[in-house]
Amino acid sequence: MAVRTEPFVLNMGPVHPSTHGVFRMRVTLDGEVVVDIEPIFGYLHRGIEKLAEQRTYTGIIPLTDRLDYISSMSNNFAYCLAVEKLAGIKVPERAEYIRVIIAELQRVAALLIAVGAFLNDCGAFFTPFLYMFRERERIVDLFEMVSGQRLTYNYMRVGGVSQDLPDEFMPALRKFMNMMPRFMAEYDRLLVQNEILIARAKGVGILTGEQAINCSASGPVLRASGVKWDIRKADPYSIYDRFDFAIPTQTTGDCYDRYRQRVEETRQSLHIIRQAMEQIPSGPVRAELPQLIRPPAGEAYAHIEAPKGELGFYLVSDNSIAPYRCHIRPPSLINLTALRDMVRGWKIADLIIIFGSIDITVGEIDR
Amino acid sequence: MKFERYGIGIAKGLTVTIRHLFRHPTVSQYPEQRLNISRRFRGNELVWNKEKCTGCGTCAKTCPQGAIEIVTSTDMTENKYVVDKYQVDTGYCINCGLCIESCPYEALYFSHAFECARYRRSELVQSKDDMLETPERKVSGYFYPDKANKLPEQTLLVEKVTEKR
Repeated sequence: MAVRTEPFVLNMGPVHPSTHGVFRMRVTLDGEVVVDIEPIFGYLHRGIEKLAEQRTYTGIIPLTDRLDYISSMSNNFAYCLAVEKLAGIKVPERAEYIRVIIAELQRVAALLIAVGAFLNDCGAFFTPFLYMFRERERIVDLFEMVSGQRLTYNYMRVGGVSQDLPDEFMPALRKFMNMMPRFMAEYDRLLVQNEILIARAKGVGILTGEQAINCSASGPVLRASGVKWDIRKADPYSIYDRFDFAIPTQTTGDCYDRYRQRVEETRQSLHIIRQAMEQIPSGPVRAELPQLIRPPAGEAYAHIEAPKGELGFYLVSDNSIAPYRCHIRPPSLINLTALRDMVRGWKIADLIIIFGSIDITVGEIDR
Repeated sequence: MKFERYGIGIAKGLTVTIRHLFRHPTVSQYPEQRLNISRRFRGNELVWNKEKCTGCGTCAKTCPQGAIEIVTSTDMTENKYVVDKYQVDTGYCINCGLCIESCPYEALYFSHAFECARYRRSELVQSKDDMLETPERKVSGYFYPDKANKLPEQTLLVEKVTEKR
């Protein structure tokens, strides 16, 4: 006699340790196998795009800190680039280098968290996470030194950065850069050959390159599927065209590849920082600007390669002190659309891993 | 994966964790063991310089949260503004530091304090008498490099020995 079954709907989240914040998935299950999922978000909605319409151009920078709070510096960077494009502001040379160093350090910090959280979801309970947090702590120390805060940095300004680097920054950064390759080797020794991780992540949640392009995924998720697309190379912003770095790609696009992709990107970021440290000139760090910026009427879109993917800011100006419209293209939200393709047919335990491998921040999805 | 080689990766990983047993702890026990915070620390409170402030109100205009309230009146005998009320609601303050950056007379600073918990919301509102600089309320070096150099140097985790015990 055939057993009659029917689909079962399970609510995962909004307060679930594996959903990385307040995110909810309505999962339709057939036994243990995922048939369909429906992401539901909006639990962290703060209306940042609307709030931005009432603030001055400088006053929006603290808001951008609160988008993807894992990588605040990248958000500041993207926003400042958008305003500079809108108003045609030239940034001093030293400020460009500081921005690149800081943004790449931020990428290392954010990717460490991404990898750590992913391994946490895999069941390596907090051991690799804590090791990676220790290295992130060293980066956050440096950020605290330059900006005075540890999470919401609010460091970059339109036309440069808020203050010059303190004298003790460069020696500390050099120390960190000497330390970091050893720790990267340590992570590899800890995890690359680990049979449990390979069994759980290899071949799981495959996203082909075509699928990734179709859902306009970006960042490590896209590159792990074998598509060589990095905005730092494809549409160079700031001074990225002066540095020599490679775009690592993987082949299959499974969870293990996404993990490896993030580790490889960390290496490239360190490579960029090393070059920027050698080339950094002295000089002013901020362009001479009036306190209230009034860009000419028009629109501008600036995008950067944030740790999670393409982060874009679209600004419309009506020649007043506040933008007429501010739209944000968050990488987490767009990458999340690939989730349904990835999880269909996998078990619910794999859903956690696949979801963790996309690396989302809910602050950015809901805005 | 061959069956006989199974477990080598785990063993390799365990050597890393075992090696950590013999390293210095990176964590510090907070209330007893205190690290020096950044010289540019953006503290929870603001410090206001009574002498330098002219009552222009630039800080209140720049504040994205609208947390600063300033009321001035004109003093005809001395031909200047008198600050009648200067009040910051630290409950609304997001510590962005734009007020300090914008002050044209260098009259506003961040404090270097961070343990500023209060029992009531009304206690978070600071009047101008609460905001003066005292020996307990040190000034942070945010945007004031000369003040930063006087503060103790920040403890960095990169400086700490974490290799061998």
